[in-house]
Amino acid sequence: MPAANYSYDDVLVTGASSQDVVEKISRSSALLGDQKDGAKGAAPIPALTLHGISLSFGGVAALVDVDLSIRPREIRAIIGPNGAGKSSLINVISGVYRADHGTVVIGPTSYRHVKTERLASLGVARTFQNLALFKGLSVIDNVVAGRAHTVRSSFAGQILGLGRARREEADGRARADKILKFLHLNHVGDRLVGTLPYGLQKRVELARALVAEPKILLLDEPMAGMTASEKHDMADFIRAAREQYDTTVILIEHDIGLVMQLSDRVAVLDYGRKIADGTPDEIRSDQRVIDAYLGVVAENEDGEGI
Amino acid sequence: MADFDWLFLIEVLVGGLLSGIMYSLVAIGFVLIYKTSGVLNFAQGSMLLFAALTFVSLVERGVPFVLALAITFAAMVLIGIAVERTVLRPLTNKPPITLFMATLGLSYIIEGAAQLTWGTQVHALELGIEDIPFDLGGVFISQFDLFAAAVAAVMVVALSGFFRYTRVGLAFRAVADDQFAALAVGLKLPWIWATVWAAAGIVALVAGLLWGARLGVQFSLSLVVLKALPVLVLGGFDSILGAIVGGLLIGAVEKLAEVYVGEYFGGGIESWIAYVAALAFLLIRPSGLFGQKLVERV
Amino acid sequence: MTVITADFRSGQFTSRWLAPAALVAVAYLVLPFIGSTYIYEAILMPFLALSLAGVGLNLLTGYAGQVSLGSAAFMAVGAFAAYNFNLRVDGLPLIVSILLAGLSAAAIGIVFGLPSLRLKGFYLAVSTLAAQFFVQWTLTKFSWFSNDSASGVIDAPPLTLAGVEFTGPVGRYLFSLTVVVVLTFLAHRLTTSQTGRNFIAVRDNETAARIIGVPVLKTKLLAFAISSFIIAVAGVLWAFAYLRTVEPAGFNLDRSFQILFIIIIGGLASTRGAFLGAALIVVFPLVLSRLGSFLLGDLFDSGVLDMSQRIVLGALIILFLILEPDGLSSLWGKIRRRLGSADGRAA
Repeated sequence: MPAANYSYDDVLVTGASSQDVVEKISRSSALLGDQKDGAKGAAPIPALTLHGISLSFGGVAALVDVDLSIRPREIRAIIGPNGAGKSSLINVISGVYRADHGTVVIGPTSYRHVKTERLASLGVARTFQNLALFKGLSVIDNVVAGRAHTVRSSFAGQILGLGRARREEADGRARADKILKFLHLNHVGDRLVGTLPYGLQKRVELARALVAEPKILLLDEPMAGMTASEKHDMADFIRAAREQYDTTVILIEHDIGLVMQLSDRVAVLDYGRKIADGTPDEIRSDQRVIDAYLGVVAENEDGEGI
Repeated sequence: MADFDWLFLIEVLVGGLLSGIMYSLVAIGFVLIYKTSGVLNFAQGSMLLFAALTFVSLVERGVPFVLALAITFAAMVLIGIAVERTVLRPLTNKPPITLFMATLGLSYIIEGAAQLTWGTQVHALELGIEDIPFDLGGVFISQFDLFAAAVAAVMVVALSGFFRYTRVGLAFRAVADDQFAALAVGLKLPWIWATVWAAAGIVALVAGLLWGARLGVQFSLSLVVLKALPVLVLGGFDSILGAIVGGLLIGAVEKLAEVYVGEYFGGGIESWIAYVAALAFLLIRPSGLFGQKLVERV
Repeated sequence: MTVITADFRSGQFTSRWLAPAALVAVAYLVLPFIGSTYIYEAILMPFLALSLAGVGLNLLTGYAGQVSLGSAAFMAVGAFAAYNFNLRVDGLPLIVSILLAGLSAAAIGIVFGLPSLRLKGFYLAVSTLAAQFFVQWTLTKFSWFSNDSASGVIDAPPLTLAGVEFTGPVGRYLFSLTVVVVLTFLAHRLTTSQTGRNFIAVRDNETAARIIGVPVLKTKLLAFAISSFIIAVAGVLWAFAYLRTVEPAGFNLDRSFQILFIIIIGGLASTRGAFLGAALIVVFPLVLSRLGSFLLGDLFDSGVLDMSQRIVLGALIILFLILEPDGLSSLWGKIRRRLGSADGRAA
């Protein structure tokens, strides 16, 4: 029911009149409506919703009135030509950018501006387009760092090796080990992360995001710069993560063929607007999408990137 | 407040503004280098000392004013070229903080070399301008300060014109904007950087002569760099206009604080008031008045 | 700069501990008996104090990535606070005075560290200079800190620990050694803990750190606090054990730069780097002056020595930045690996 994704605050914050609220409620019902066709059956309450997100940088519109709804446990792709605003969308969700208008609803709460420092405790984790690993740490330490939000011990306790600090550290390492095994990274666990090849570094970033056991995983071009076989592996890992950890995945990717195989639903952005939203089959044959990509969509089913 | 000494306030204010111009002069040297290469040249102060010391030592040994000026000028240009080859080139692409620390080391070298060559005594520097107060409607202004302000104004106009209207200036701006793009259009980076450092050296020369005339030429001259830093912080590291406005502000705040507030602190607050003022300002505007805002791209 | 990773594996007694343990053993069991007064006074004690200051600054600048140019100010705070606590609170053991001095410095460190929440890089470095100048001015201006002494210079109190008085060069050396060993050990434990990992995360990518839930604000302030504490204690050692006077003059900007040079030359984010750097900084002026008077005789007076020192120091900095940006520590590691040492792991 819409009540689940609307709080009273939402009305106050966006200054919506009751008419607008009614409009939005009916819009969100429509979104929930396409649950009937396609994809996995899941609880009707979306894991994450974007309402009317608009963002511009000094006059240049990056996002224009974008609505998006993501169901729990689905793999949702966001595609679009370069500069369409995909990364900006992820950055708005993770609070790195502040939207000019619109709200982000994560779980039951609606946010005018997501606070980045709260992301981890909200159960959201992400990877970055240009890699944001900690170069001074080894692979396993980067991954353990992903558990930072769970640490409750004080620095004094850690220095003196007191009980809780010890337990937390051991717990963090155990989980990190598990994830490294899961992603076939344990053979490089002790290496300085900057010394690894690019593809492995991307995987380490995924590991760092997964170790937090997030409810929502935001992947910003997780397969950029990878070889075909690396991409295949990564896609398997993403699927496995969804199966294993019940994670909802929001994925930006340029490799259309891969996206079509991997995702449950796809949203297409062009010049900051959402021009299409549906299952891979629907998107593949959507004229607006084809136009946006200048007819390149159909040619990329064998997995070549744009 | 009927008998508040407004005249005195204006005098102090004007004095502060004028001494602020002197700070700006030093800051401009920083801006030149920072604008084109992103390097905060801590050695600017030692370059100032070197220039002043060289000039004054030559003059004391009987070299005519203009010739001494020319020789010092040449020396600063040579230093610029040498710095580019030996320090900057091996450290290309290193993070800015590395380059800052290299300039710290450079400042030690230049200071040491200057005093090793010319000795550590204090010298008086005569520029031919008497420091007689100038009476402007009851307000006393130092003639020397006015001269310095005039020099600074000329320099700013010259530099602004240079950046805007000459090919070399255009090249500087291109490099400041985007090094790779500049390379792509065929600009020779090493040459440009050598030129920039030479230009900064000349700014150091002018500032060195003025400061040396005021304070006497001695080691503490290199410490004026510490006065330039709050100016840069206030005005932004990459703006010449910011260096001027920042200098004026810092000069004014410093003098006013010294005279009106200083007594409550027992005097001597000039050593830190500029920094605290700049700091307070930074907390409101982290990139300074005119500096470019840093946008973090993730 | 690439930085050597710390070894986060929990407390195994690996061969990595062998060398430091051996050195400490030598320091305690051998050095007190074979050294001359000159060695203790002119070499070992300044070395120990500066090394500790380096360890402290390293936590802030090397590990947490917050550049500070005002470390000498915190040494001054330590020395003067310890002096005043010891003087004005009756019956307070010296160790407690030192601890309180450290805590005072930590509090001041937090205040001057607050700008780090909005400022980065150069801007932050410049704001730390505010600390340097303000503290120096305060300690010079208000004679209360110097117990209203006419000359502004005061004698350091005798060093006592648990009723035992550490007098004479050897005594003071042992006192310094103990303090340094204990604090270095604790600092090292910090670098391999979750907090240490947070420091590195904030340094390497603050945005990513914030997103994964590292408490960035708390982490930065903690770095300032702990680092200031350690540097303050180093200041106490410098004044009480080495100089045996407490005065603001020796804690000037040049000293701040000196400590920064120590950690750059020694290797950022490396505990042993602070010791290697301090050793070089302490020893090289002495070597230079011997060399100078040997080569140039009378021409080499103190003025020439001072200037040559500046030149050589500046050149060393630049050389290290160009050739070995990870400092002596990394160089040491390379040499050891070259010699086929058993310790082949990272760092």
